Amino acid sequence: METTLHIPTVAEMTAKGERPDLLFWVGCAGSFDERAQRITKSICKILQHVGIKYAILGTEENCTGDPAKRAGNEFLFQMQAMMNIELLNGYEITKIVTACPHCFNTLKNEYPNLGGTFEVIHHTQLIQSLIVEGKLKPADGNEFKGKRITYHDPCYLGRANEVYEAPRQLLEVLDADLVELKRCKSNGLCCGAGGAQMFKEPERGKKDVNVERVEDVIESKATIVAAACPFCMTMLRDGVKAKEKEQEIQVLDIAEITAKANNL
Amino acid sequence: MMGQIIFFCLFVLAVVIFARNARRIYKNIKLGKAVDRNDRPAERLKLMLLVAFGQKKMFKKPLPALLHLGVYVGFCIINIEMLEIVIDGLFGTHRIFSSLGSIYNGLIYAFEWLAFAVLFSCITFLIRRNALHIYRFSGRELKNWPKTDANLILIAEILLMTAFLFMNAADFKLQQLHHPAYHHAGAFPVSQFLLPLLPESVSTLVGIERFSWWFHIIGVLVFLNYLPISKHLHIILAFPNTYFSKLEPKGKFNNMSAVTEEVKVMLDPSLPSPTGEVRRFGVKDVQDLTWKNLLDAYTCTECGRCTAACPANITGKLLSPRKIMMDTRDRLTEVGQNRTKNGDFQDDNKSLIDTYITREEIWACTTCNACVEACPVNIDPLEIIIGLRQYAVMEESQAPASINAMFGNLENNGAPWKYAQADRANWTNQ
Repeated sequence: METTLHIPTVAEMTAKGERPDLLFWVGCAGSFDERAQRITKSICKILQHVGIKYAILGTEENCTGDPAKRAGNEFLFQMQAMMNIELLNGYEITKIVTACPHCFNTLKNEYPNLGGTFEVIHHTQLIQSLIVEGKLKPADGNEFKGKRITYHDPCYLGRANEVYEAPRQLLEVLDADLVELKRCKSNGLCCGAGGAQMFKEPERGKKDVNVERVEDVIESKATIVAAACPFCMTMLRDGVKAKEKEQEIQVLDIAEITAKANNL
Repeated sequence: MMGQIIFFCLFVLAVVIFARNARRIYKNIKLGKAVDRNDRPAERLKLMLLVAFGQKKMFKKPLPALLHLGVYVGFCIINIEMLEIVIDGLFGTHRIFSSLGSIYNGLIYAFEWLAFAVLFSCITFLIRRNALHIYRFSGRELKNWPKTDANLILIAEILLMTAFLFMNAADFKLQQLHHPAYHHAGAFPVSQFLLPLLPESVSTLVGIERFSWWFHIIGVLVFLNYLPISKHLHIILAFPNTYFSKLEPKGKFNNMSAVTEEVKVMLDPSLPSPTGEVRRFGVKDVQDLTWKNLLDAYTCTECGRCTAACPANITGKLLSPRKIMMDTRDRLTEVGQNRTKNGDFQDDNKSLIDTYITREEIWACTTCNACVEACPVNIDPLEIIIGLRQYAVMEESQAPASINAMFGNLENNGAPWKYAQADRANWTNQ
């Protein structure tokens, strides 16, 4: 069943004299990266399905400034942050859900110092609460039933903000064969993209970090590795490709898994 | 009487030298910039009790944690014995606490087993460090002096415990021989096994007992003064270092308020220009770090759990979080000596960046916080790496070309890639 999506922007809503209950912060990867756009749409499907009054910023959205901050460009970061905060405060936004742990961390932890205080949650936390409330329920014969699935902790969701359980609980309801990677939760291994590494070539070394990580995935014998970050998604997919395991291992975001399991 | 005088002089000398070294380290730490780590005292105390006192993070690796616990508990509790040794040394008494009777016997019984635990652990550590190929004990920063330093500490502890046990064994044998100076006191569950190794001659036994006693106490005093020049200061600094930990989420980096002032003016030119003169953005040298970063550096005992967890290091990059901490400490020591020699710091054409830590190292970091998480005493190498990046970017405009390109895209398009802002919502129509 293909849901027809209607994705409102905050500007449109404001023009109609309305305000969203929840702002969906799409992020740069979710907006421009083709693979990540599919994650974005899955999140929209879920939001629409449960009837949350949400909106996106659309063309008014700007990078949170995360890669600038992690790369040491505090000026650029704060410029981005203050412009975004002005926009968000102007629209009187109070609650934000993000599709990316980097946006999540920056909005949640770095913006309050600059005058932007919002309730910020990651999409895995939102989906978890929807499942708890009974608004989402995987179909009985969902395609993940019995599949061997593992989960890769994104650093900025896990260690940086100690969100370990929400994403795992989303997988638990699938009735799948869940398996942990040998390096998981607080000991999880980075995919290699953080700290602005996504935007540069790695330094010289023996191997790439994403290949090291995909070796953990291969060792787990999982056929699906669940991700919760668009950058991890890119890195894991590249790692799987480098190991020539595209036939055996699928990389899916938790939002995509949830949407599929709920036939959205 | 002569013994008491010699003991008194040695003891005072050791304490004075230690106090001087401690003061030097304290002054060096105070070279760092201010940062407030005195809020939420109850939370801090709890963290210190859990992480430093309770060794919570050590138990991520149970085997070394148990061995280390043996040394730690042994070290703390055998210090009660040290108190007796000091009193005996100063007043010429022998086993002054033995008047406690069965309590004393119980204490000595426990000390004996703890001494054995320390001995066993240190020998195991020595083997692990030198004979087994454990990842965190290799690495280019752990050659030469750091390797020797680690081995010296283990050997010193082995010798101290051996002396302690031989002292007890000789005492026990003299007690059995009813020597008038050695009254019945203590319980010797471990050192009793050393009795067959001891000679029968009373004067030789007294010699062994006295030699071991002096060796043990002088050894401890020397060890006390070895601490400040070694990696071993963690036995003291682990406590303040965990107390002053960052309490915010690991993903929250410092906000540079000096930048905030300037950015506000850039966005709204009607505001008055910021008045405070900023000496430098980011970290070029150790004086640009906070006192907590410097305390971190002195607390590091080079265990390498950070480096073994670092994604860059395990995939063969130059970056090693442990080396970041060692470099910071070594440079700080150098700066401190420079200040002592010249009255104030004289430029020596060196700096933490480049002289000690290369650009290749700082740009290999993924800011994943694995090193911060792995550290059993809450050291934060990431904060130093980010400080160095901030200097490279904001003071020098020296970032890798692709990072500069990303900055350019962010500035012009509001995204790290070269896509037009106007296309940001195109996905909604596809």
